[in-house]
Amino acid sequence: MKEPIISAILFYFFAFLTLGSAFLVVYLSNIMRAALSLLFSLIGVAALYALMAADFLATAQVLIYVGGILILILFGVMLTQRIYMAQAFAGKGQVIPGAAISLGLALCLIVSIWSQHFPSPGHLGDFPTTGRIGRLLLTRYILPFEVASVLLLVALIGAAFLARKEVK
Amino acid sequence: MIGLQHYLTVSALLFSVGVFGILTRKNAVSILMGIELILNSANINFVAFSRFTTGGLDGHIFAIFSIALAAAEAAVALAIILGIYHRIQTIDVDKAQELKG
Repeated sequence: MKEPIISAILFYFFAFLTLGSAFLVVYLSNIMRAALSLLFSLIGVAALYALMAADFLATAQVLIYVGGILILILFGVMLTQRIYMAQAFAGKGQVIPGAAISLGLALCLIVSIWSQHFPSPGHLGDFPTTGRIGRLLLTRYILPFEVASVLLLVALIGAAFLARKEVK
Repeated sequence: MIGLQHYLTVSALLFSVGVFGILTRKNAVSILMGIELILNSANINFVAFSRFTTGGLDGHIFAIFSIALAAAEAAVALAIILGIYHRIQTIDVDKAQELKG
């Protein structure tokens, strides 16, 4: 009896953390602060994964997004020093239609989600997922796994090539 | 009871916030942050459907691949942004229009 209430409280807390910091990401004009609120948003998403019993994904989210991608973005912010001078937002002519479009989109999505009847599952997934994910990756998904590793190699070499100083 | 639709709602709102960020920002790094928010909302959907339907762990696998692709995308995007910055000394996307006909 007690467990659903606690998980509901946790869900709403982390949902508000995620959405509130995501809103700050797009609202704050100081890009450094926006990057820092992106940190909280990503951690909130990791907590939502944990609430959905996706233990491996929650860890991967913290490791890759918070430890990797966010650090990359912060490097990007700090390497381009004039970032603070750049005007953060487009003019009003773009903000109001943008807000209208995204609000309409959110409304459409939420209405269609709640008007749909999803069949309730017989049983929820089992908790430790890491071992089964590893087995799936090396059996049924072995080809995408290898292709993804080649893609990562190509992307990182390409990124290093693009970002290097030009040799004359 | 928190079900599939609650998670889908969070994901839809996160997606809309990301779209708003992409539409209204002029700074290339901020646009990249909006894209990351959208990718996260898609991942929430994958995991939620995997949890609340009888699909097994396939949704988790898709989310893992999408996280890996997001890492590659962020690395390439930041390299391009640095290249643009070296070339025209700004990362205002409205100023990068050399290829405009």
